[in-house]
Amino acid sequence: MSALIQLNNVTKNYRRGKEGIAIFDGLNLTIEKGDFVAIMGPSGSGKTTLLNLLGGTDRCDGGQIIFDGERIDGYSEGQLAAWRARSVGFIFQFYNLMPVLTAAQNVELPLMLTKLPARKRRDNVETALKIVELSDRAKHKPKELSGGQQQRVAIARAIVSDPKLLLADEPTGDLDRNTANDILRTLQQLNRELGKTIIMVTHDPEAARFANRTLHLDKGTFAEVTA
Amino acid sequence: MSLMSQTRSVIAMNVRSIPQRLWMSVATVVSIALVVAVLLGFLSLANGFNQTLKGSGAPDVAIVLREGSEAELNSTLSREQVDLLGRGPGVKVGADGRPIVSGELFLVVDGIKKSSRTKANMPLRGVGANGLLVRKQAKISQGRMFAPGSNEIVVGAGLLREFEGFELGKSVRFGAQTWRVVGVFEAPGTVFESELWADAPVVQSLFKRGTSFQTARVVLTSPGALPAFEAYAKSEPRLQLKAQSELDYYAAQAERSGLLIRYFGWPLGIIMAIGALAGALNTMYASVSSRAAEIATLRVIGFSGFSAFMGTMVEAMVLSAIGALLGVAICALGFNGLSASTLGAGFTQVAFRVQIGPEIIGQAVTLALLIGLVGGIFPGWRAARQKPLLALAA
Repeated sequence: MSALIQLNNVTKNYRRGKEGIAIFDGLNLTIEKGDFVAIMGPSGSGKTTLLNLLGGTDRCDGGQIIFDGERIDGYSEGQLAAWRARSVGFIFQFYNLMPVLTAAQNVELPLMLTKLPARKRRDNVETALKIVELSDRAKHKPKELSGGQQQRVAIARAIVSDPKLLLADEPTGDLDRNTANDILRTLQQLNRELGKTIIMVTHDPEAARFANRTLHLDKGTFAEVTA
Repeated sequence: MSLMSQTRSVIAMNVRSIPQRLWMSVATVVSIALVVAVLLGFLSLANGFNQTLKGSGAPDVAIVLREGSEAELNSTLSREQVDLLGRGPGVKVGADGRPIVSGELFLVVDGIKKSSRTKANMPLRGVGANGLLVRKQAKISQGRMFAPGSNEIVVGAGLLREFEGFELGKSVRFGAQTWRVVGVFEAPGTVFESELWADAPVVQSLFKRGTSFQTARVVLTSPGALPAFEAYAKSEPRLQLKAQSELDYYAAQAERSGLLIRYFGWPLGIIMAIGALAGALNTMYASVSSRAAEIATLRVIGFSGFSAFMGTMVEAMVLSAIGALLGVAICALGFNGLSASTLGAGFTQVAFRVQIGPEIIGQAVTLALLIGLVGGIFPGWRAARQKPLLALAA
């Protein structure tokens, strides 16, 4: 396997008033292509900051972030937005679907950033909904769907543009155990069958068990926990 | 292509989410509609007034006043001067072989307004046999013309609408005399419709004017004949009068009086617009903050700040456009064509119809869209600057 993501000596500071707080001070991390990594850690350990750096929604203050051999830490806002649209699928704790759009229209959103014609977009949306077993709910609005179904729509949205990396922020945090396990099995399937690289932040050790490996983040450094 | 399609998606989402903020959006629409209705109300008053004054003048009729007089009321001409005007260059000759000149008196009498039941000034015009000839728009629509030498009057249809007691056949009293209404005349869209007409020699005698007139109207062979006639009226030693085309005379009056209405309407409209703008800003900021998670999510997915800006902008423009349409509808259904009257030059009432026109609709709608534009820009800017952070999308 080769590395999909490399963090070399990454530093990240936040300002609180006049005081600067170092979240990461020389963080190193390598994620291989096709890996499924769970990241755990107490609140304030920097999990969400890490996810923002990996997803190109925040910038590091120092070091290098390399994605598939390409340095993305120097990208402009516009370049980062284009890179995200192309390479990363995001799955949120509270699904973050657009309430006025149907499931299919929600899934189609990332494709609006591409030059695909309408027919091709429709085909891709159908495929993505089929993968998450929600073809029969395509025309339903989010409020007509259960929490689990909404998260499946969100997963379909994350994979519709066929990105290499999926970033999931507490994807089962809002779901009951059984539904959570269904969602996690779907993620596992995407990892095993479609080869998606997945990085999942979670508080839940049960959820972490679905990953190939678990990294424990505390005070800005990693300790690997065997899966 | 992608920028357009993403912007289109965000705009569609914004507009379709308006029902989620229904009452705030309705309040914004209503406040903008009120701004448009009030402004348009004033502008259509001014417009109707202007149209009536401008419609009153003919380009080939010269109105002659004493030098220095701005209005008919404070002018005076002698009978000799009126006769002499008929000998001027370019004066049209009537079927009887005599120049078409109408020496006229213009007095103010009291009447009771129907709307307020209070006294108001009405113009009483003393005209001669040529009174109708110099006003091609005027014709008797009911009854007949007054008989020369009698205490008979004919009333304008506009005055009949606005004042009490001038119906055909009724008797009215001005000063010491009783007059009988024997006819109603129409002169659509002109000030003359707001006048009473009686025989000039009778008016001269009953109002102790001797043989003098106040103005003269002279029909010219063509509008081009005016400069020569004007020069004649000014330079002839026995005249030394001011002649101008009737069209210019009323246009100048319209300018002065219409400005008053407009100068009242615009400041009021703008003050209301500032209020409506505050409401629009409030609604749009609420829209942006209620969709903060949605905007952040779209930004995380890769949508541009520009599309977030445009979504908010277009939502504001849609609300203001709906408000503008509603305001125009209120004004068109509520005020348009309504009969109104106000003081014209000469301190008499001028009856006119409130008139909405494309130009003033354009002005009021522009103001509404301006409210939408400013009301959308700042909240839109906030939406565009929303950072695409995962924590914000939670």
